[in-house]
Amino acid sequence: MSSILTAEDLNLWYGETHALKNINMEIPDKSITALIGPSGCGKSTFLKTLNRMNDLIPSVKITGNVTYNGHSIFDKDTDVNTLRRNVGMVFQKPNPFPMSIYDNVAYGPRTHGFENRVKLDETVEQALRDAAIWEEVKDRLKKNALGLSGGQQQRLCIARALAVRPKVLLMDEPTSALDPISTSRIEELALQLKEKYAIIIVTHNMQQAVRISDHTAFFLLGELIEYGKTEDIFSQPQDQRTEDYITGRFG
Amino acid sequence: MKKKRKLYVFLVRAAMYACTALTVFLLFFLLGYVFIKGIPHITWELLSTKPSYLADRIGILPDILNTIYIILATLVIVLPLGVGAAIYLTEYAKNRKTVAVIEYAAETLSGIPSVIYGLVGMLLFSNNFGTSLLAGALTLAIMNLPTVMRTTQESLKTVPQSYREGAFGLGAGKWRVIRTVVLPGCVDGIITGCILSVGRILGESAALLFTAGFAHVLNGILTGLTSPGATLTVALYVYAKEEGEFGVAFAIAAILMILTLLINLSATLVGKYFAKRRNA
Repeated sequence: MSSILTAEDLNLWYGETHALKNINMEIPDKSITALIGPSGCGKSTFLKTLNRMNDLIPSVKITGNVTYNGHSIFDKDTDVNTLRRNVGMVFQKPNPFPMSIYDNVAYGPRTHGFENRVKLDETVEQALRDAAIWEEVKDRLKKNALGLSGGQQQRLCIARALAVRPKVLLMDEPTSALDPISTSRIEELALQLKEKYAIIIVTHNMQQAVRISDHTAFFLLGELIEYGKTEDIFSQPQDQRTEDYITGRFG
Repeated sequence: MKKKRKLYVFLVRAAMYACTALTVFLLFFLLGYVFIKGIPHITWELLSTKPSYLADRIGILPDILNTIYIILATLVIVLPLGVGAAIYLTEYAKNRKTVAVIEYAAETLSGIPSVIYGLVGMLLFSNNFGTSLLAGALTLAIMNLPTVMRTTQESLKTVPQSYREGAFGLGAGKWRVIRTVVLPGCVDGIITGCILSVGRILGESAALLFTAGFAHVLNGILTGLTSPGATLTVALYVYAKEEGEFGVAFAIAAILMILTLLINLSATLVGKYFAKRRNA
């Protein structure tokens, strides 16, 4: 398998707290990787390290390395804005901007200097189609995005992330704030999107990990305990702690 | 026992009613007194001419214009400074302790008696380039800087962090995030800060007595800024205290009260408009 993101001896501290301990992990392209583990185990922190969103927190210290397509993301000549363009993100709570649906999706392309009106229209439509929300919003593109339902807002945020044509999509518990119907729509969407993108998804929902992911990584107290094919992790876990967690003995 | 208690309740109630009645009475007495004494003296001639000893007439047009000039000049100076400082302190500054000290200092500054600003402004500005509206505007700019900065900061803080994260996550740089996502979210706070400042400028007299002077000459904005001039509040003081023209003084007082009412009203309307737009 070809890996698109690789973590090498990655350590991360929030002030004095050692939040990630010696993580080594290769994430394959064009597949879904699920990160599971109890709250506070470091899976979200790991996810946010991959596009350097942790830069926004002042007290963070990082050692080790993460490479994207073979280049270190912490390198001096790595442009963090380009990195985030290639490694897009969908957040736990839908966070559309308080502007029109169109402007939300066009925000990323415009940020990267995309001004041609016709091409912008095409990009926006394509992103909305890819996020399976085009049919619902095509007649109200100029309406404020905050008027959409929670599930629609989350799919809009996915469209917004897709509009800059990323290679990787990071999803931080994207369905935890949504109802079951919206959840299953997002899951179907993820399965379609993995044809074109590498998707890394943090989830608290074991069934979700089983349903959609190809690989699963189990985190506990900042350590990567076990990582492998999803069916192997859930059918024959190698580590006792993994087994305890997926059978619901703690967490 | 029961009787005593009833009497007690009656007395407390009576006292509360009396306090309320007195407050309301004082308020309406003041309003009524000023309006009754002032409004008959508001004539078109008063509003549209300058004072002339030859024609034996008093006009407050220069004072009205001076007030407008000084409001505009002060806002032009204070807005970029205050908003810029607020953006830096809230979005860029890393040393939270220093920021906290600066915020505390700004809050203290906004509570200082304005006469002190006048004294400093006189020494700093009027002594260097003369008693003028510009010296007054600079003084008022310093005086309003903390307010504009603090209101802007507070409204920057109300913009949800998730908006910033969303924009950063798409690869937007810091300044683009601030310009396209953060600032549009707090325009209402900035406008409210401005309106409050306009109210303060309108009502200020002490700081201007030192710095902007008492002249009633009719000027355009450019010559106006470089020459001395009285605003409405200063003119009120001059007409009442030095010329004994109480009719004119009360007319100005009535005008100022109406303007204050309008300013408060517009602040409320702006707040409502943006709240409505946000929920749309």
